[in-house]
Amino acid sequence: MSVVVRRTLPATVLAVALLLAWELYVDMAGVEEALLPAPRAVASALWNGRGLIWHNFAVTAGEVVLGLSLALAGGMALAVAIHLAPLLRRAVYPLVVASQAVPIPVVGVLLVFWWGFGLLPKLLVVALICFFPVVVTTFDGLAAVDPDQRKLLRTLDASRWQAFRFAELPAALPAALSGARIALAVGVIGAFIAETTTPSSGAYPGLGREILSDMNFQTARAYAGTAVLVAFAVACFYALTLAEHKLAPWSATERGDHQ
Amino acid sequence: MPTELQSLAKPRQPAAGKGGIVLEDVTHGYRRRGTAVQALAGVSLQAAPGEVVAVVGPSGCGKSTLLELVCGLQAPDRGALRCAPAVLMPQRDLLLPWLSALDNAALALRIAGCSRAEARRRAALLFVELGLEGFAEARPGELSGGMRQRVAFLRTLLSGKPVLCLDEPFGALDAITRAEMQEWLAATLAREPRTVLMVTHDVEEAILLADRVVVLSARPGRVVDELEIALDRPRLRTTAAVIALRQRALDALAIGGRG
Repeated sequence: MSVVVRRTLPATVLAVALLLAWELYVDMAGVEEALLPAPRAVASALWNGRGLIWHNFAVTAGEVVLGLSLALAGGMALAVAIHLAPLLRRAVYPLVVASQAVPIPVVGVLLVFWWGFGLLPKLLVVALICFFPVVVTTFDGLAAVDPDQRKLLRTLDASRWQAFRFAELPAALPAALSGARIALAVGVIGAFIAETTTPSSGAYPGLGREILSDMNFQTARAYAGTAVLVAFAVACFYALTLAEHKLAPWSATERGDHQ
Repeated sequence: MPTELQSLAKPRQPAAGKGGIVLEDVTHGYRRRGTAVQALAGVSLQAAPGEVVAVVGPSGCGKSTLLELVCGLQAPDRGALRCAPAVLMPQRDLLLPWLSALDNAALALRIAGCSRAEARRRAALLFVELGLEGFAEARPGELSGGMRQRVAFLRTLLSGKPVLCLDEPFGALDAITRAEMQEWLAATLAREPRTVLMVTHDVEEAILLADRVVVLSARPGRVVDELEIALDRPRLRTTAAVIALRQRALDALAIGGRG
């Protein structure tokens, strides 16, 4: 058996089994399609609505990717800053936590007031939601360098910058990438929240809004859109895992990583 | 340039100037979980330039504290310490997992300002000499414990400092590897002479490697005996002289250990 098959087979078998159980449940219990469409109905809704779903998905995927990128850049930069400046850490860290607890609709209105009905406010909502796990994991990764390692570097006369460059920054990279994976998972639902809770003009597309409106009379298509969103999240998660293997191979080999 | 950490003593010691170590009546303590711990009580010892001095003592006799003082990581509470620039080789190898063996060995050179290519070139010269040929591009995770210690020692050596402080360098190795490494270290120091202050709790190791063995008591550490090891190298652990010295050191430890 090839490696690819061996790695993907368990998940495929489980997914197929779950879909079969779902199909059987809907058929045998006679559940109404408006409540729970069977997988076959979802598949046909996906095929029939492929143009609409694709069009909306492209917008939502863009929000996730751009929002996550923004959160990664900003989150890592902030983590480095608060790591290097304890005063800044004491001032800013509680606010980072607080930012995560703000209900999105509260700031959504303000974001729309500032930047209109387009992409930018949605992207910022995604970034806001993704920001927190990136900051926390990167910061912890930077701080996790062994105290004995620091002593060793000091006796080698390493400057603060050199200790950061040679030890702390590479040590934090796998942690930051773990943060990115967590952020991605919440980022996809973040895009849905961004589209459905920030005020919109009606002209702005997006899979989140499409799913929400389909829930009224087109449940199967809402499920089809959801399936696309879920598949996107899973694909991105493994893309990030792959990136970790490339960027931080030592961490993946030490963990004996799954893929 | 000798580092003068504290110059309470009269400026008379010739040893420190050319790469030696002088401690006079050094007392030092630290706080652990709120309680004061006295690590060293009036320790005096010297290492002439190029001399290998081993410090043996029971666990927790302040051996590691002694090395941190000599490396300038802490200043002694009382007493005088004069020492040429010293570099620490901690008990664990602390190789950076994202760097190859060669890049790890070259770390000290890079910190000193060499370009990566130059640092690697200079480290590679010693790599071959010290029996590490063929392992240059291996990551630390792929190396055996003994090989990792060799790389760590090479990194220490390449710092260019006249004094090496080795903290139980072979403590984590199995008996066979340790014996191999003791021979390796003796051969390496014959080739690259340095002033060495080595702490160990293996009396035999101390006698096989050192020119002088200093026996410390249980905490707070005091010098209870000092043995000149005027034996030719290489030394065998089965020689009558080695066995006699070993017995004398063990006796001193037994008396000092009772405190």
